[in-house]
Amino acid sequence: MKKRASWSFAALALGTSLSALADYKLNLQTPVTKLGEEVYDLHTFLLVICSVIFVVVFGAMFYSIFKHRKAAGHKAANFHESTTVEIVWTIIPALILVAMAWPATKVIIAQKDTRGADMTIKVTGYQWKWGYDYLDEGISFHSRLATPQEQYENYEGQKPVRNAAYMLEVDNPVVVPVGKRVRLLLTANDVIHSWWVPAFAVKQDAIPGYIRDTWFKAEKEGVYRGQCVELCGKDHGFMPIVVNVVSQEKYDAWVGEQKKLMAASQDDPNKVWTLPEMVARGQKVYDSNCAVCHQANGKGQGAFPALDGSKMVVGPKADQVHLLLKGKGAMPAWEKTLSDTEIAAAITFTRNSWGNKTGELIQPAEIKAARSM
Amino acid sequence: MTTTVHTPDHAHGDDHHDHHPHGLTRWLAATNHKDIGTLYMWFAFIMFLTGGVMALCIRAELFSPGLQFVRPELFNQFTTLHGLIMVFGAIMPAFTGLANWMIPLMIGAPDMAFARMNNWSFWLLPPAALLLMISFAVPGGAAAAGWTLYAPLSTQMGMGMDLTIFAIHIMGISSIMGAINIITTILNMRAPGMTMMKMPMFVWTSLITAYLLIAVMPVLAGAVTMVLTDRHFGTSFFNAAGGGDPVLYQHIFWFFGHPEVYIMALPAFGVVSQVIPTFARKTLFGYHSMVYATSSIAILSFMVWAHHMYSVGMPVTAQLFFMYATTLIAVPTGVKVFNWIATMWKGSMTFETPMLFAIGFVCLFTMGGFSGVVLSIAAVDIQLHDTYYVVAHFHYVLVAGALFSLFAAVYYWLPKWTGFMYSETRGKIHFWWSMIAFNVTFFPMHFLGLAGMPRRIPDYAVQFTEFNALASVGAFAFGIAQIYFLFAVLLPTIRGGAGPAPAKPWEGGNTLEWEVPSPAPFHTWEQPPSRELVDKLAAQQQLH
Repeated sequence: MKKRASWSFAALALGTSLSALADYKLNLQTPVTKLGEEVYDLHTFLLVICSVIFVVVFGAMFYSIFKHRKAAGHKAANFHESTTVEIVWTIIPALILVAMAWPATKVIIAQKDTRGADMTIKVTGYQWKWGYDYLDEGISFHSRLATPQEQYENYEGQKPVRNAAYMLEVDNPVVVPVGKRVRLLLTANDVIHSWWVPAFAVKQDAIPGYIRDTWFKAEKEGVYRGQCVELCGKDHGFMPIVVNVVSQEKYDAWVGEQKKLMAASQDDPNKVWTLPEMVARGQKVYDSNCAVCHQANGKGQGAFPALDGSKMVVGPKADQVHLLLKGKGAMPAWEKTLSDTEIAAAITFTRNSWGNKTGELIQPAEIKAARSM
Repeated sequence: MTTTVHTPDHAHGDDHHDHHPHGLTRWLAATNHKDIGTLYMWFAFIMFLTGGVMALCIRAELFSPGLQFVRPELFNQFTTLHGLIMVFGAIMPAFTGLANWMIPLMIGAPDMAFARMNNWSFWLLPPAALLLMISFAVPGGAAAAGWTLYAPLSTQMGMGMDLTIFAIHIMGISSIMGAINIITTILNMRAPGMTMMKMPMFVWTSLITAYLLIAVMPVLAGAVTMVLTDRHFGTSFFNAAGGGDPVLYQHIFWFFGHPEVYIMALPAFGVVSQVIPTFARKTLFGYHSMVYATSSIAILSFMVWAHHMYSVGMPVTAQLFFMYATTLIAVPTGVKVFNWIATMWKGSMTFETPMLFAIGFVCLFTMGGFSGVVLSIAAVDIQLHDTYYVVAHFHYVLVAGALFSLFAAVYYWLPKWTGFMYSETRGKIHFWWSMIAFNVTFFPMHFLGLAGMPRRIPDYAVQFTEFNALASVGAFAFGIAQIYFLFAVLLPTIRGGAGPAPAKPWEGGNTLEWEVPSPAPFHTWEQPPSRELVDKLAAQQQLH
């Protein structure tokens, strides 16, 4: 097949005998979108042109190095300029560049044409996870790294077992139907992130306060993995992207399931909670949102302050509510990402965990009141 | 102080005329272009080793999957400071040092135009470097937003970012003053008979680089100042909630950042254009086209900045404009490579260490040019942007480009600076060791990027393990080669090396610096070289 031939060509053309390393990936991932194939072929085309130029330029240089050396008795010639030659080697590269830019232009126009979408997903970058909103279906969820922490840190002693999806697996993958044109609307909550799935040849920055769009149409069912590619702080390397491309039937089933799940997990905002209930709920919120910086043991780390014994956490609760809602410096504002119940639960948890024993219980209604202040 | 030294015959009687201050004052109060050049070069070398240690910390962490040595926060600080230190602390000061040392010698001027400002330009640098190093110890650590300091990530950082911003301000002032000095010296202090079109290529490229510096360093200062006011004074240049735009930062930064690439590359072109003709014993092919190509590159470099931003989501017309403009740069760059090869063609070449580094430069810079062409095509760049492919690309043009040309320059002029020859065997060991280790480090990164490994990540998927391990081994070997250079080449040469150097150690040298004794006396060209000498050398270089 053309693809296989081109990557072995890549290895060959670049002058390295890497054929023994055939198991390792040497070229772009196999594309599963038409646009991805065009990008792939364009890259191969560029590589071929560069390889030909490489042979000509390096051939001439090394011929000269071996033939025109003093040790070989070569006497220096006396030419030092030629307008004709200069014009020739200005015009030929310019023509080669036109030959490169022409097919590229067509691909770029196709990349930028986001019209005619079958469905739209809003993608939001957070420090450090992705949020997805299916605008047509009303489905929303967050997608976080699913690789267990003990596989990548503090694993003194025996080496952890890592699977092929290490660092590229998430708890809630994006699911899309095969053969449908999916438009992505991208934005971010805090800093710039960038959404990239190599098999789709789609890479688009997610910019806080602005919306950008891009699109893809996956032609083959499967699981496709990517990563955030714009440095976004501490855990930039730990916010992968997984897209499951499935049949329309499976997709419809998934949508139904998600809707049920969302209805079930909806907290009643008027519910009055007891302290143990709230602490238990808060533990979950804390583990998935706060522990990444403040650590599971509440001791903090580096620039991220300890919550255990923190003046903010054991002091007046209004201050802590304000801090969670509005953020400060590296602390994100959570008012848009967490519900009243979740914020109340997280605060209750921190005020009643580790060495903090305030015994205070914060109800969702208090957060609701604070929001409107 | 009236003895002139424009003929080698006078050389050895001149030492007692060197009434320069001794001890610490000689360096603190230095106004002599050679002393200041030396200070710049040593500063650059120390920063090069410092930035190198950070690179090795990064490579140690990336040797295998998982987090072993550094936490992700510290990892980001290392990637950020490695970039800043190598660009602003190592490469730029090294070229300014070279310009200080060599331009007056090459154009027959007694010193730089503004000797005291020259002192200040240098002595601003150590405090700036100190600010960067101190920033590791402040709460929150050093800046960790990448050397590009993209907002709004950079508005989020701790006070390490403020120290970095001030360091950039200071280094920017230093660069601008250095550039003013270089331009004034070149335009006003050339020996009689040395017209612009008879200047050595290194002088030309330094002149054009100096103009680029004056044009873009204020832009960078503006960008980081806007970050500073966003951080502390309630402005919202880069904050959408206050009416700003995060992408504005990138436009401003890269309007500086792309010419900055040529600030680091053009003087390298100049060095190589001196070294290759000398060792090919044949004059530079196409001197005029080299001057025009350098100028074209400089002008085009202002029109291509957004090719660093193909994935931010620009309109299709902008995407196309920046792609076409970027591919255009390949034309004058290609002309330069062809001219160097035509200079070697039918020459009578010998391969002393400076020539090896110059040829190494041409080979690897051309490789970096190929990956640059691939990246310039926006449609393909979408797949490669912010991956290791880009890391491979810019290390091919900056390490193999700027750094190798600096080594070529050091070996080429070391006899003139120290008065002693270096050991040719050791120089060659340094070259081959660096050349092999460099390629082992950076060539696999092309494959990592193509296969999908993002840059600036402290941990990676298992499929990337082998090439990362290989790159890490190469990086340590490359680091050791530079320690070898310091202890086996540089320091021994200063202490006597392979014996005293003649005034003109290279058979093919025909520029003015070879007309003064080795080592170059404290004061040179107090009386300009004679018209006959200038004309004779120009004729040897076939410049009319």
